[in-house]
This record gives sequence, C-alpha cells and structure tokens, in this order.
Amino acid sequence: MKAPSFAYAKPRTLAEALELLARHGEGARILAGGQSLVPSLNMRLSAPEILVDITGLPGLGKIEVTGKSVKVGALVTHAQIEKSADIRRHVPLLAQAVAHIAHAAIRNRGTLGGSLALADPAAEYPACAVALDAVFTIASGRGERRVKATEFFKGLFETDLKAGEILTAAEFPSGGKSAFLELTRRHGDYAIIGLAVHESRFVFFNAGATPVFAVNASKEKSLEKAKAALMKELDPPADLYNTSATKLHLAGVLLERAWNTLSTSH
Amino acid sequence: MEHALDITLTVNGVEVGRRVAPRTHLVDFLRDELGLTGSHIGCEHGVCGACTVRVDGDIVRGCLMLAVQADGCKVETVEGLSDSKELARLQKSFHEKNALQCGFCTPGMLMAAQDLVRQKRKCTREEIREHISGNYCRCTGYQAIVDAIDEVVNG
Repeated sequence: MKAPSFAYAKPRTLAEALELLARHGEGARILAGGQSLVPSLNMRLSAPEILVDITGLPGLGKIEVTGKSVKVGALVTHAQIEKSADIRRHVPLLAQAVAHIAHAAIRNRGTLGGSLALADPAAEYPACAVALDAVFTIASGRGERRVKATEFFKGLFETDLKAGEILTAAEFPSGGKSAFLELTRRHGDYAIIGLAVHESRFVFFNAGATPVFAVNASKEKSLEKAKAALMKELDPPADLYNTSATKLHLAGVLLERAWNTLSTSH
Repeated sequence: MEHALDITLTVNGVEVGRRVAPRTHLVDFLRDELGLTGSHIGCEHGVCGACTVRVDGDIVRGCLMLAVQADGCKVETVEGLSDSKELARLQKSFHEKNALQCGFCTPGMLMAAQDLVRQKRKCTREEIREHISGNYCRCTGYQAIVDAIDEVVNG
C-alpha cells in the first residue's frame, strides 16, 4: 500500500503549471488536496510519471462574492467552505453539503476543484454544481474557457477537462432556496444515494455515472406527481449492499423529505 | 532515491531537513526518518484515522499527504502534544474511562479529539461521535472513547 515512484513539481505560477502539464501530457497528474489522488496512488490504481502540485498557485484559494454570484477558487478547501459566512449566506446548498463530506481531517485538505475534476459519482459537489447551474472556469495554454456544470460531467470519473487543462474556479448563483440530503451507513461515508436541490432543480448523486438531474420530477407541481415521475426517470445502479430498487425507493424518500422541507421553509 | 527532493519542515518545534522521495507519505517520513512512531499506520488510504497528525494547526491524514507537500510546514505529532502537556487532560480522561484496549487507534483518537477540545465549545455526544467518525477503533468500541472526550469537552 505504498505509492509507486513518481516525480513531483510545485510550480509557482499558472503559466509554469500549464507548461509542465503540456510537457508531460498523459504522464502528469494534477495534485491539489490529494484526498482522492493519494489513496489511488497508495492502492496503485494510478501510476503517473509526475505530480504537478498546484497548491502553490496564487489566487485559487479565495471565495469572492460578486453581485449575483459567488466565485469559489479551485483550491478552496472543504474546511474553508464549512467556515465561510459568505457561503452560508449566499450558497447555502454548499454549506449544507460540506458537512457530509468525509471527516474533519480530510475536509482540511480536500478541495472544491479536486472534487469537481475527479467527478466521483458519489461526491457531493458535482450534484450541487449541477443543481445550482454553476459555471466552471478552465485554464490552458490556449487561454481560459467557461463550461456549465450541466455540460461538464460526461461519465464515470469523466469530465470535459482535456489533457493540459486546469479547473481554476466555479461560479455559483447567489441566493435561492435549497435543500441537501444524503443517506449513508455511517457519518462521512460515501452516500448510498443523495439529493441536492436548488430552486426546482432536483439532482441525485450516486444514482448514475454522473449527477442525475431529474428533469421530469423537477417540473411537477405536486409531490405525488414528482415522485411518480422520479420512479420512471431514475435508474440507480446497485452497489454491494443495496439493490437498484432499494436505491430508487430511497431516492423517493429523499425527494419527499426535500419537498416537505422546501415547501415549509421561507 | 528516484526523483528525490530536499525538504525543510518543523516537527514538534524542531527544524528538520531531509532528502525524500516524492512517494514517501508524511506518516512514513515521521516514523521511518524521524523515529516518531506514535502516529500509526492502519489502512494507508485515509479511512482509519490512526495516522492523524497536525499540519499548520489543522489535523490531516498522514497517509494522504506526501512528505514533500509538508515542505515549509509546521508539523505536530502525538509525541509533541504529549510532551507539551497539551493532551494531558485527554490522556488522563482516556485512562480513567478505560477508553483504550490495544491502543492502536489511541494516538489518532487523541489528535482528533484535541481538535474538538481546541474549538472550546460544548458539544453533544452526537457531535463528538461525528468529529471522531473518521477514526476507527476495533476493540473497545466507541462508548468509552466518547465518555472520555465528553468529560474533557463538557466537564
């Protein structure tokens, strides 16, 4: 359970980081908080030639409130999000979600950008980003581009990020009603199934290869109709402990809880 | 040593410089290079919490951080916090409440528990359980451990 050998570089500028990524191509992996990458190295599921540690890059560790949106830098840690009064006030969905992510020692190092770029189907932030209709900023040698969260998550651990690109920030709309729920065997475990809701966008996680926006259920005006629509449009994969039918049932339970929370909150 | 890099960090108040391979985890560095074997290695993929140490004031998993990432950082281990008496109340309480059996998880438990103690607020047992949810104990069970932390946090 020791990581294979690799080289390590800690660039001090974005240009230097992009140059390293361009030079090493597929052999390079970006290291941020390392809370998913390092275990995958330890288990030898990943064997990069070089880790490009981006935690020394300036400007990616800030939470900025700008008019109608909140821009969160890719290097902002879960612990920073947890402690941020701005996040609690303007993006309550993230504030609710963060407490469910692993444990204190992991939240101190894991980053928003790392979680989004990894795109684990059981992770909290990708579903939140889709529910919030967030926009990501991606840097590369060709400049900067912006991608909507709804178009970013392509498949199982697969995103729109190309080799040589770095996710630098995510912008979330400020305000609005939201709810976040997940079911786990123990606190901090990966969700059996989870739900992030913003306004009337219901997005389930660990319910498919990517966050699943329950489009039809989200359109319905009554709980009964929404649940009926959900049963038709969601087809969660079974895991070691839960059948697909169990997870679908649990998704309905979460939908009902979120619906009741949202309809009674102001 | 392939790809080796020089690092300098402060461990329990003492500045140390070493040449390390990037693949070396912080906890392996502390144990093998510095002989600080109080931080234990359990699962080596971030699940058990036995390797919990403090880096720049925050608890982290020693198996999920590379030693090269700790370059320039201030690292504190169970040995340091024990010697400085910062853990004295928790250690006494763990002893009195019989909150350990084999002791393997204890250093990590103490590091995680002290993180809560430092927040200087009253906690429910549920909050204590949540805070140590990333630290596994395979012999005493958690009741006595929660009792011991409860005594210090709320006593």
